[in-house]
Amino acid sequence: MKTNLKISKEQSLAFYKDMLRIRKFEEAISDVSEDKEIKTPCHLYIGQEAIAVGACRAVEKEDYAFAFYRGHGHYIAKGGDTKKMVAEIFCKSTGCCKGRGGSMHLISPEVNLFGSTAIVAGQIAPAAGVALSSKLRDDKKVTLLFFGEGATEEGVFSEIVNFASLKKLPLIMICENNNAAAHMKLSERQPIDDMYLKTEPYMPSFQIDGNDVIEVYSKVKEAAERARDGQGPTFIECMTFRWKGHVGPLLDIDKGLRTAQEIDSWKAKDPLLNKDILSGLLDSEIRDIELEVDDEVKQAFRFARESSKPDPATLLDDIYAD
Amino acid sequence: MVREITYADAIKEAFDQLLESSPDTFVMGIGVKSPWYVGNSMKGIFDKYGEERIIDIPISENGITGITIGAAMAGMRPIMVHPRMDFMYLAMDQIINSASAANYMFGGKSNVPVTIRSIINRGGEQGAQHSQASQAMYMHIPGIKVVMPSTPYDAKGLLVSSVKDNNPVIYIDDRWLYNEKGDVPEEMYEVPIGKANIIREGKDLTIVATSYMVSQALVAAEELADKGIDIEIIDLRTIKPIDEDAIITSVKKTGKLLVVDAAWRHAGVAAEVSAIASEKAFSYLKQPIHRLTLPDCHAPASSVLEEVYYIRSDKIKEKIQEMIK
Ligand SMILES: Cc1ncc(C[n+]2csc(CCOP(=O)(O)OP(=O)(O)O)c2C)c(N)n1
Repeated sequence: MKTNLKISKEQSLAFYKDMLRIRKFEEAISDVSEDKEIKTPCHLYIGQEAIAVGACRAVEKEDYAFAFYRGHGHYIAKGGDTKKMVAEIFCKSTGCCKGRGGSMHLISPEVNLFGSTAIVAGQIAPAAGVALSSKLRDDKKVTLLFFGEGATEEGVFSEIVNFASLKKLPLIMICENNNAAAHMKLSERQPIDDMYLKTEPYMPSFQIDGNDVIEVYSKVKEAAERARDGQGPTFIECMTFRWKGHVGPLLDIDKGLRTAQEIDSWKAKDPLLNKDILSGLLDSEIRDIELEVDDEVKQAFRFARESSKPDPATLLDDIYAD
Repeated sequence: MVREITYADAIKEAFDQLLESSPDTFVMGIGVKSPWYVGNSMKGIFDKYGEERIIDIPISENGITGITIGAAMAGMRPIMVHPRMDFMYLAMDQIINSASAANYMFGGKSNVPVTIRSIINRGGEQGAQHSQASQAMYMHIPGIKVVMPSTPYDAKGLLVSSVKDNNPVIYIDDRWLYNEKGDVPEEMYEVPIGKANIIREGKDLTIVATSYMVSQALVAAEELADKGIDIEIIDLRTIKPIDEDAIITSVKKTGKLLVVDAAWRHAGVAAEVSAIASEKAFSYLKQPIHRLTLPDCHAPASSVLEEVYYIRSDKIKEKIQEMIK
């Protein structure tokens, strides 16, 4: 059931801008990895922008978030500094992990985004732990937990669904169902299509159009209200599609994993072409946003290119905290 | 008849012949039908044997590893594939608590002839969770065997021996070796588990090395041969059970020991080899044993840092020269 939530003009502008920021950063990163200027493996988020944006806009900066290796979009949506992100992807000393993490391990403590993991489902238990800390401290924060549908295949997923429900943790589980895990379609890995059925006995569970930013926003907003009110976790399955292949700039058509028709059919459902959003915006406003975003991308790339590489003498720094 | 083929092709040939020769052998693992995960080391295997016997899996390492262990308990000879050692940590409970302990705990009444193949895949700015070589974790465990082939010949022969062995065997191969070429017989053959190989004879210094480090030690040794330095290289091939005799005999001959293992230093292969040499050949040592390992830190992403982090032949050469002044 689609929500009929009315959103304000400011919200429309903000949603559109953040989705466009992710799109343009990812396209620029994609171009540069094609030239091998970027070596670190990049799992691009193009096509899934509405999920990170709708969810992050539905909570506060102080609320927590956990993403995963396909994490540029979540970093941008949560409000991370894009200069530090691009510098990290270039593995420069000015990156958010000083060049030690690369694309798969972004972090932005300034906006309570925890570090992302390259181990499928690695973020699920720690995110529940952060949610538990909110419960114990009664700080009224919620934790956004992003993961792909593939992560629901790991045992830890079931363990945490059970525990989060049992202890009514303020956890919002956002499953990004793009129907693919690396080289395998969902049907090759699971006998069911609908991930929300797995959690239905444990918590309010929904399946929504993950390409509709307003839909994502409203479902996450309701979930956050329930969580802050002590009513526990919510599971939101967002149906979507990644335009690029699993990793890097290619489409994986050459590998026989997808067809051009499939990709085109999803491009028709481009989250950026959301009528409910665009109808509220003037052409001039859209143009202004585009210019602003282009400039942000340019500056971040310039910053990354001009930054120094890590000093080899720093190899052994930070193994332990002081 | 002997031919030259690559390390990756040698692995593939072992898979092919094992699957061909026994209906009890089947393969499970993430990416076993995908060129991304296993490189070209299993090319065509899926097409030839089909999805009944080459089972690409959901992302469930612990459960599926346990399934191969169960099939092995029932007498089958499965091969579980972990395309990166980093992902295999999820399966450690099954490997250690179910597989390694069974034979002993059940009074010899439940053996587990499973082979768990795992791949070291590092470099390319992949960072800490996509770079690990965690052989030491497994050599610590009683009841499992751990092999690490460094040549195409051993890559094939040790995979065959692993599957034929009546115990759980961890078979570790290295993507950085996939294009190395060497002589590999066409027929199926075994390389004994637990036997090291003297890959180069020499009298001045013993290098004990594992896997990719053997090939790098060889390069270093050849370069130093011109300077009259005569290095003996022992390729451990199996790190559990370890070939103590080979280590001791060589140390007695050269009196100098350098251990090279491309993994973390503490409680690792190099520590174990050093302990064996000092326990059993102490009086023959002319100087302290040296270890060349990765530093005690996780793999960095930046290629500048990777450069100083990993060990190549130049670092081995430097170390040898330090030891032979
Ligand atoms: C524990 C573990 N197993 C396997 C992998 C290899 N791997 C990386 S991404 C991926 C697919 C994950 O798919 P999904 O969770 O649906 O997320 P998506 O990549 O589609 O966004 C796999 C199998 C891994 N990184 N970690």
